[in-house]
Amino acid sequence: MIIDMTEVQAINSFSSSESVKEVYGLISLFIPILSLILGIIIGVLVIVWLEREISAAIQQRIGPEYAGPLGILQAIADGTKLLFKEDLFPSRGNIRLFSIGPSLAVISILLSYLVMPFGYRLVLADLSIGVFLWIAISSIAPIGLLMSGYGSNNKYSFSGGLRAAAQSISYEIPLTLCVLSISLLSNSLSTVDIVEAQSKYGFWGWNLWRQPIGFIVFLISSLAECERLPFDLPEAEEELVAGYQTEYSGIKYGLFYVASYLNLLVSSLFVTVLYLGGWNLFIPYIFIPELLVKNQMVVVFGMTMGIFITLVKAYLFLFISITTRWTLPRMRMDQLLNLGWKFLLPISLGNLLLTTSFQLVSL
Amino acid sequence: MFLLHEYDIFWAFLIISSIIPILAFLISGVLTPIREGSEKLSSYESGIEPMGNAWLQFRIRYYMFALVFVVFDVETVFLYPWAMSFDVLGISVFIEAFIFVLIPIVGLVYAWRKGALEWS
Repeated sequence: MIIDMTEVQAINSFSSSESVKEVYGLISLFIPILSLILGIIIGVLVIVWLEREISAAIQQRIGPEYAGPLGILQAIADGTKLLFKEDLFPSRGNIRLFSIGPSLAVISILLSYLVMPFGYRLVLADLSIGVFLWIAISSIAPIGLLMSGYGSNNKYSFSGGLRAAAQSISYEIPLTLCVLSISLLSNSLSTVDIVEAQSKYGFWGWNLWRQPIGFIVFLISSLAECERLPFDLPEAEEELVAGYQTEYSGIKYGLFYVASYLNLLVSSLFVTVLYLGGWNLFIPYIFIPELLVKNQMVVVFGMTMGIFITLVKAYLFLFISITTRWTLPRMRMDQLLNLGWKFLLPISLGNLLLTTSFQLVSL
Repeated sequence: MFLLHEYDIFWAFLIISSIIPILAFLISGVLTPIREGSEKLSSYESGIEPMGNAWLQFRIRYYMFALVFVVFDVETVFLYPWAMSFDVLGISVFIEAFIFVLIPIVGLVYAWRKGALEWS
């Protein structure tokens, strides 16, 4: 009897320690993800606020000023308002597609943050396919937009959804070819390796100087993928009311906004990683003695600096895309497709061949 | 697919990010008022009664662009493995890849000349 008891206790303690280990493993898996999502949400709120403030400054308005100091809480107030609004389903629409559409857009864009490095070893998953995961997953978002346009059963929404799909497939190929040229240079698709390959000569080592054509093509196509002005044809207000968002209200409308800002943030972060040396400073790599590397404080400081530098570069690009919004007029559909297929695609193919020839010479 | 432990975090991230829209729908489902009306739920068409269904034929141009897209997308996907082992494979494979790129370029020129890339 006594032996039995001890055995049972031993088994119990063993299994409980196992389960504790499992729980610990799960927590260590989920905590980085949750902190990343929290960071992304804060980043999106900052973008919304920045967009409103910069737009106001360009148009000589005051902009948000009542919600919190300088109107910082305006984005949160807007989101809360949308949460309290009635969620309408169009009576003739397809309710399932209508709900899945915005969710699919948000999920697919959020997933591409998985491979985003914010510092050395500060990446959720340093997958060997890296950037390719972003390209693969980000092309799911237009399916969500098409679903929501079709599910609304509204002529404006349907046209908007079709336009969104046509636009994002047209600009995806130049984008993919630019990423291909970059990965040729660093011989790896992993985002960490791509940044490491640019870290040697400081400012002059960045891919921006080795791939000037690719940089411009990437910038234009990522702006088009985000469906921002001058490429916001899917939701052109004067023609299509609000495009695929016409029938949406409440939180589903909010989800579309979250998706578009998430997309903007991820595009500018990828510009930073692919062309601007990620977390590297303007000055060449400073030699840090071995002793200092082991110091915990130095490591934490380095990480903070890495995040800070990445975000500064990314927000610089956000600033450029926000100012572009109020500078350039919207394109026509035929101009948009001509730019994509007859200008950017041949140029990016030429850029790829040029890059490979240079690589061959340097072999 | 689940055997690759490298991708465990991907699945965890997928689960967490799928929870976000579900959570948003649940919260708004609890909080929002519901006042239905037949006029309110009809689809918007500039204020007049909606005429007919929206699920109808649309421009064939969209199909044309989708077809050209598929050709080039598949081509780029095939180029990725080559780019990854570029320094190993050397010049002979570069020439093969060049011919491979040339074939879709000929296709692009053909589509361009035939007017598949024209919108109007």
